[in-house]
Amino acid sequence: MRPFTYERATDAKAAVQAAAETPNAKFIAGGTNLLDLMKLEIEAPAHLIDVGRLPLAQIEDTADGGLRIGAMATNSRVAADARVRSRYPVLTQAIVAGGSGQLRNKATTGGNLLQRTRCAYFYDTTKPCNKRVPGSGCGALEGLNRNSAIFGASHACIATNPSDMAVALAALGASVETLSPSGEARTFTLDELHRLPGETPHIETHLIPGELITAVVLPPPPKGGQVYRKVRDRASYAAGLASVAVAGGNVALGAVAHKPWRASLAEAALGSGASPSEAIAAELAGASENGRNGFKINLVSRLVPAAIAEARTNGRGA
Amino acid sequence: MRTTITVNGQARALDVDPRTTLLDALREHLHLTGSKKGCDHGQCGACTVLVNGTRINSCLSLAVMHDGDEVTTIEGVGTVEKLHPLQVAFLTEDAFQCGYCTPGQICSALGMLKEVADNWPSQETTDLIGKVAFTDDELRERMSGNICRCSAYPQIIAAIKSYAGEPA
Repeated sequence: MRPFTYERATDAKAAVQAAAETPNAKFIAGGTNLLDLMKLEIEAPAHLIDVGRLPLAQIEDTADGGLRIGAMATNSRVAADARVRSRYPVLTQAIVAGGSGQLRNKATTGGNLLQRTRCAYFYDTTKPCNKRVPGSGCGALEGLNRNSAIFGASHACIATNPSDMAVALAALGASVETLSPSGEARTFTLDELHRLPGETPHIETHLIPGELITAVVLPPPPKGGQVYRKVRDRASYAAGLASVAVAGGNVALGAVAHKPWRASLAEAALGSGASPSEAIAAELAGASENGRNGFKINLVSRLVPAAIAEARTNGRGA
Repeated sequence: MRTTITVNGQARALDVDPRTTLLDALREHLHLTGSKKGCDHGQCGACTVLVNGTRINSCLSLAVMHDGDEVTTIEGVGTVEKLHPLQVAFLTEDAFQCGYCTPGQICSALGMLKEVADNWPSQETTDLIGKVAFTDDELRERMSGNICRCSAYPQIIAAIKSYAGEPA
């Protein structure tokens, strides 16, 4: 690990100010992804601002019947929350599909949204990676790309976003509240938070440097059933090859793009009466492969209709 | 950097480089070598300790992030003279071979059982509203963050069940 200085923030405003004023500063909350990457020197911040004890861990009802989840609420606390389990079961299912019990006890809601890709070329510092070293090339394009993106990739990067939680949040139409260094509170939809790789895969979100995620806000749950399904190489504690979150008529896909992939073409097709298989076919018409990840197209075409059927059954039971 | 962490009931003052992980603080500074370094990347669970009663990977946390926290390591769970009942169950059920992962398995199991008692769900939990079922599948899923390369998994589950009792 490269040397760094450390401070514990006592309020959010001071934290964003410190982040804006200190070169190469980073926030740390749970640290489960950041410290892993710092040990590999993929991340090398000069200064850490510990925001883990900021009073941003509450989960509270909103006036319109939704839920505001503080950015420091741990993944475990969110998954176990009675309101999340009863009204947003897809979110509980997605969270407990990710990581291990130990990791979920430490990982936070805000940190989960900002975790980095698990692409092997991003992790291997002897290989080119435009996300790790801009301009160095992409080793995955013609390499071991079995778990690479099939939607929205570019010639610069075919890495995927590994979050399970974010896929459920995308299907639920969540938004993200932030505090910018100027002290301005901003709100993004989750879809607006993450970027596609384009020419600048090292820039993963639309946050400005020093901006802090303070909360995730869920609108009232959509009408209809919900479900999260994840396919992976082993039954537990592994990143997904593909996953899907269904919430009413909303469908989001995981592990297939640089961001949680809201399947808007499939949603539109479902809305105009298409069958689930026809709907996902409409979405997959825009998919592309790089050799070893082509199986994901077939996988998604089978996974999504099964999940939609399960969500509809869940909806009838409710 | 100065920090004070309560470890196994005793306040311990430390002066560490900010890079020091909680695991290294326990092992190298406090010489509590029960918590093990396996992968050092949160993948194996050998470093699992309880922080304020909750299980975490001590390798993926900085010591300075735990100022004022209460940490329990295997040395605080039981001693050679006075084994914890779960340690006795691991012996009785032959739940280890080399033993390297065992301190992490035991700390993880204690944290896990509290999570079950608090009715936290896992991906094996089909009914998210009712009470969590205490099944082998639930236990295996909840312990998936602890790897045992000697593959003592069936005995580990047996030991946890024999300690926790099989609820009706």
